[in-house]
Amino acid sequence: MNVEFLAAVVTGTVVAATPLIYAALGELIAERAGVLNLGVEGMMLVGALAAFSVGVGSGSLLLGYLAAVCASMLLALLFAVLTLSLQTNQVATGLALTLFGLGLSAFAGRKFTGLPIQGLRPMWIPGLSHLPVAGPLLFRFDAAVYGSILLYFAVDHVLNRTRAGLRLRAVGESPAIAHALGQPVLLTRYAAVLFGGATSGIAGAYLSTALTPMWVEGMSAGRGWIALALVVFATWKPLRVLLGAYLFGGVTILQLHAQGLGLGVPSEILSMLPYAATIVVLVIICRDPKTILLNQPASLGKSFHPDV
Amino acid sequence: MPELPWGPFLWRLERRAAPSAAMRIAAPLIAAAAMLATSFLIFAFLGKDPLNALDVFFIEPLNSLYGWGELLLKATPLALCGLGLALGFSANVWNIGAEGQLTLGAICGGGVALYWGDILGPLALPVTLLAGVAGGAAWAAIPAYLRTRFNTSEILVSLMLVYIAQLLLTYLLHGVWRDPEGFNFPQSRAFDERILLPLLYDGQRANLAFPMMLGLAALSWVFSSRLFAGYRMRVGGQAPAAAAYAGFSERRNVWLALMIGGGAAGLAGVCEVVGPIGRLQLDISPGYGFAAIIVAFVGRLHAIGIVLAALLMSLLYLGGESVQLGLQLPAAVTGLFQGMLLFYLLAADLFVGFRLRRVLRVSEARA
Repeated sequence: MNVEFLAAVVTGTVVAATPLIYAALGELIAERAGVLNLGVEGMMLVGALAAFSVGVGSGSLLLGYLAAVCASMLLALLFAVLTLSLQTNQVATGLALTLFGLGLSAFAGRKFTGLPIQGLRPMWIPGLSHLPVAGPLLFRFDAAVYGSILLYFAVDHVLNRTRAGLRLRAVGESPAIAHALGQPVLLTRYAAVLFGGATSGIAGAYLSTALTPMWVEGMSAGRGWIALALVVFATWKPLRVLLGAYLFGGVTILQLHAQGLGLGVPSEILSMLPYAATIVVLVIICRDPKTILLNQPASLGKSFHPDV
Repeated sequence: MPELPWGPFLWRLERRAAPSAAMRIAAPLIAAAAMLATSFLIFAFLGKDPLNALDVFFIEPLNSLYGWGELLLKATPLALCGLGLALGFSANVWNIGAEGQLTLGAICGGGVALYWGDILGPLALPVTLLAGVAGGAAWAAIPAYLRTRFNTSEILVSLMLVYIAQLLLTYLLHGVWRDPEGFNFPQSRAFDERILLPLLYDGQRANLAFPMMLGLAALSWVFSSRLFAGYRMRVGGQAPAAAAYAGFSERRNVWLALMIGGGAAGLAGVCEVVGPIGRLQLDISPGYGFAAIIVAFVGRLHAIGIVLAALLMSLLYLGGESVQLGLQLPAAVTGLFQGMLLFYLLAADLFVGFRLRRVLRVSEARA
C-alpha cells in the first residue's frame, strides 16, 4: 500500500467524519443537559442551504458558515421555545423540526440546485504540509477539520473540567434538584440546545461547501440521524464521539473505494453499509441495559418547568 | 409560567384542572387556520396575489371529479401509514420508518405481481396485497426485535432502514427486475392489468384502496378503544409505571405497534404500485411515510381525525402541484406547509393543558 492510497483513505475518512463530529458534539451537549433534539437532520439541511446560498451570493465562505450557524440556531430556538417554555413533547417536536427543515430547504433551495461553488480549500501550513509522510496524512486539511478537533477539546474540557460543565450535567441528571439548588435550568437548556443548533449548522455547511460542494435537496442523506446514533454509541462521552465519527467515516470511504475496485458486489449493497453499520453499533452498545442506564442523562427527553 | 403585560391587564398562563377536551379538538383547527394565514403571507412575500394563490392552491385542485379522485388517492397511503403510526405513538413506540416499510411493501407486493401475476388468476390481487402487508411488517419486525431483545432505539433503527429499503429497490430495478424492453430505465415491466386495483369511477384515479382504508380505520378505532389489547397499549404509553404494575407486557406492545404499523405502511406501498403507478419504479412515494407522522399528530391519534388529517395533507400535495403549474412556484412549498402545520399544532396544544387568565396589575389592585 503506497502513501498516496493511504493518504486518500485517511483524508476521505477524516472529511467524511467531520460533519458527524460537529453535529454529534452539539447534540451531545444538548442531551447532557437533558434535551433530546431529533431535529438535527433538519437543522443540518437548513445550514447546508444557508451556507451554500450565502457563499454563492457573497463569494465568501466565511459569511456562508456564519449564515449557516445563524439559520440553524434560529431553528434550534424554535425547538427550545416549544419544548422548554411551552413543554411540548421533545420527540414529536424534534420530528417536526426535521420535517420542517426538509420542507423549508427544499422550497428555498430550488434556485440553487446545480449552481457551482468554490469549495473549502485545504490549508497549507508552512513547513508541516510539506513533510514527506505526515504532510499528506495530517497537515493538508481544510480549516473546518482542524476546527472539529478543537471543538472536541473545547467540549470535553468545558463538560468535564469546568463549573459550567458541572452545572450542565447536573441539569441533565436531575433538573428538579438543580433548580432547588438555584441553578437556572431553563437557561442552561436553552444555551445547550442553541449550541447544538450552531454546530449542526456548521455540519450542514460542511456538507454543501466541502464534502460535496453543491446544493441538492435532502443532501444530508440521514447524516443527522447517524449523528444522533453516534451520541448513543459514544455513551454520551466526547472522546468516543470523535472515535465513532472516524469509524463511520472509514466505513463510508472504504465502501466507496470498494465500489471503485469493482469487487463484484453491487454498489447499492455497498452503499447500505453506513446505515447497516449504524444499526449494528447501536445493538452492540445497547445490548447491555446497564451501559445505557449508567451513562444516559437521567432526565433525557423529559420536560421540566420550574413554575409548574 | 411568565406573566405577559398586555393592555391594562396581566395575562397569566394557568394550568387547567383537567386537560380541555374541547381544546384537543380545536387545536388542529387552530393549527390549520394558522397555516392558512402563514401561507397567505408567504404567497404575498413571493410576489403573488395571495387571494388568487390561495384559490389556486386550495380550491382549484378540487374543481373537477378528477381532482376529487386525486384527493382520495393521495389521502389513502397517508391515512394507512398514519393509522399504524398513531397506534404506536399512543403506546410510546416511535416508529418513524413508515417510508421504508412502505417501500418494502411495494417491493414484496410488486415481486409477487411480477412473477406470479399471471398464474394466480383471480387470487392474484389479494395475494399481492397480502405480500405487501407481509413485507412492510417484516421490515418493521427488525426494529421490534432489536428494541425488545437488545434495547435498541426503534427511532434510529426504523429510520436507518428507510435508506436501506430505498437502496434495495434501486438495486432490484437496476438489476434483476429491470424491464428488458424499458430502454434501460430503472423500472420494472408494467403489471398485468387484471392485477391492478379497480377504480371507483371512470375518469379519475382513486381506487378500491380508499374504501379499504376506511374499513381499516374503523377496525383501528375498534382495536384501540374497544379491545383490551388497545387499552393495554394506551396505558403503556400514558402511564408506563401503571402498565408495569398491572403486568401489561411492554414487549407485546412494541411488537403489536410495529407489526400493525409496518403492515399498514406495507399495504400503502403495494396499493401505490398496483394502483396509480402500475409497475415498480424508483420513486413510489413523495415521502408519504414521513408526512404520515404529521397526519397521526394532526389527527389526534384517533381514527376519524387521521382520515380527516390525511385528506388535508393530501390537499397540500395537490395544492403544491397546482401552484407549480399555475403560478410557477416550486411544488416543494408542500413540505414547508406540512412542517408548519405540525409546528402550529404542537404550539396550539399548549392550550389543552393551560389557559390564559386575566389578572389585575398589582399596582391597580392596591389602588
